[in-house]
Amino acid sequence: MPAWVMAAAAEEEGGFWEEAYPVLPHPGELIAGLVFLALLYLLVAKVVVPRLEKAFEERREAIQGGVEKAERAQAEANAALQQYKAQLADARGEANRLREEARQQGAAIIAEMREQAQAEAERITTSARATIEAERVQAAAQLRAEVGRLATDLASRIVGESLQEPARQSGVVDRFLAELETSEQGVTAR
Amino acid sequence: MSLSTLATAGGESFEAPAPADFWQPLIGDGAFALTRPMVLMALSFVIIAAVLLATTKRLSVVPANKKQFAVEALYGFVRNGVARDIIGSKEFLRYVPLLFTLFTLILVNNVFGVIPPIQYPTMSRIGFPIALTLVVFVLYHLIGMKRKGVGGYFKSLMPAGVPIFLVPVVYLLELFTYFISRPLTLAVRLFANMFAGHMLILVLFLGGEHLLLHGEGLLPAAGVVSYLFGLVMSFFELLIQVLQAYIFVLLTATYIAGSLADEH
Repeated sequence: MPAWVMAAAAEEEGGFWEEAYPVLPHPGELIAGLVFLALLYLLVAKVVVPRLEKAFEERREAIQGGVEKAERAQAEANAALQQYKAQLADARGEANRLREEARQQGAAIIAEMREQAQAEAERITTSARATIEAERVQAAAQLRAEVGRLATDLASRIVGESLQEPARQSGVVDRFLAELETSEQGVTAR
Repeated sequence: MSLSTLATAGGESFEAPAPADFWQPLIGDGAFALTRPMVLMALSFVIIAAVLLATTKRLSVVPANKKQFAVEALYGFVRNGVARDIIGSKEFLRYVPLLFTLFTLILVNNVFGVIPPIQYPTMSRIGFPIALTLVVFVLYHLIGMKRKGVGGYFKSLMPAGVPIFLVPVVYLLELFTYFISRPLTLAVRLFANMFAGHMLILVLFLGGEHLLLHGEGLLPAAGVVSYLFGLVMSFFELLIQVLQAYIFVLLTATYIAGSLADEH
């Protein structure tokens, strides 16, 4: 023990420590300081700091997790947006394509219809012409027969004898009519 | 008690506060007497332990209440603002418990100086700052010797780039810094701030009381002014008390960082 401690211990009353310089450490207080520092250090190091560090770590992870989650969500949203945009562009292109196709088809249909109508008209015209021709030929033949019959009737009535059979066989009437025709044609040509 | 006395206008003697007023034994009177600051030290330990244990019992990821937030802020201040910033993010975590212990212990014991009915800064008894400084002193030398070896540590005390003829002088100065001036200033700074600050408040309040009760003429008014000054100084002291706790851990962290650093 240092001398001043001995001296202090020796003095019971009137106090060495009361009169001592304030820069002189009181051994009891020094020891108390060391003891309580050690006690508090043990408590802080073994219990308090681990708890706080754990909480800090959890918080850091939670924040980082949250940030990561948000980033992931944003990336997903971006991907979805891109997809929608692509789909929209596709749909727009599709619509354009369909419209163009429809326009082309419409034009083709109109052209086809026009062609068909023309063909039909031509066909009708042709068939009408053929019918008219046929009717004309038929009428002409009938007329020729009728005219021949009438003429022979008239002639037989005039000559008084039935020349009907022999006349037809001989083709007199036909010849006559042919002559008539040619003469008529000659008249029209003239 | 031996008290310096001085006459006032009222003829009553004024017992000015003296260093002896800081000696407040409770049991015994010797070197190992139980003194009031020892009890306050124990009280501070109980308070800090209770608060820290209670608030950190169930820590939620989102701070659940103001107490948790306050303790976390205090811890975060020492951890990030002092330890990490000064020691560096690689090794600071090992020294956070000590720095946090020192900070809370000094802070509470300092603030005791202005909290009624305690009104006694424990650190105004130099035994306590010396105890804390002793730990810091031993620690930063041990860290340095462990890191660089005993010879390497003593070699590392020498700053690089000193002209050869100055080396002995500079080395002696460095030795003085590391082994005498650092611990001395660390302990005395804390002690002297608390001692002088408390003394000042004592003078203002006791003097004010004396002027108020025994003064003649306008002197009681001066006593009121003295009281007001005492109040102002108490708030100023509160600032100093917090500041000194901060400075103590700041310097401790700096010394530890110096011992860990490769270069001087």
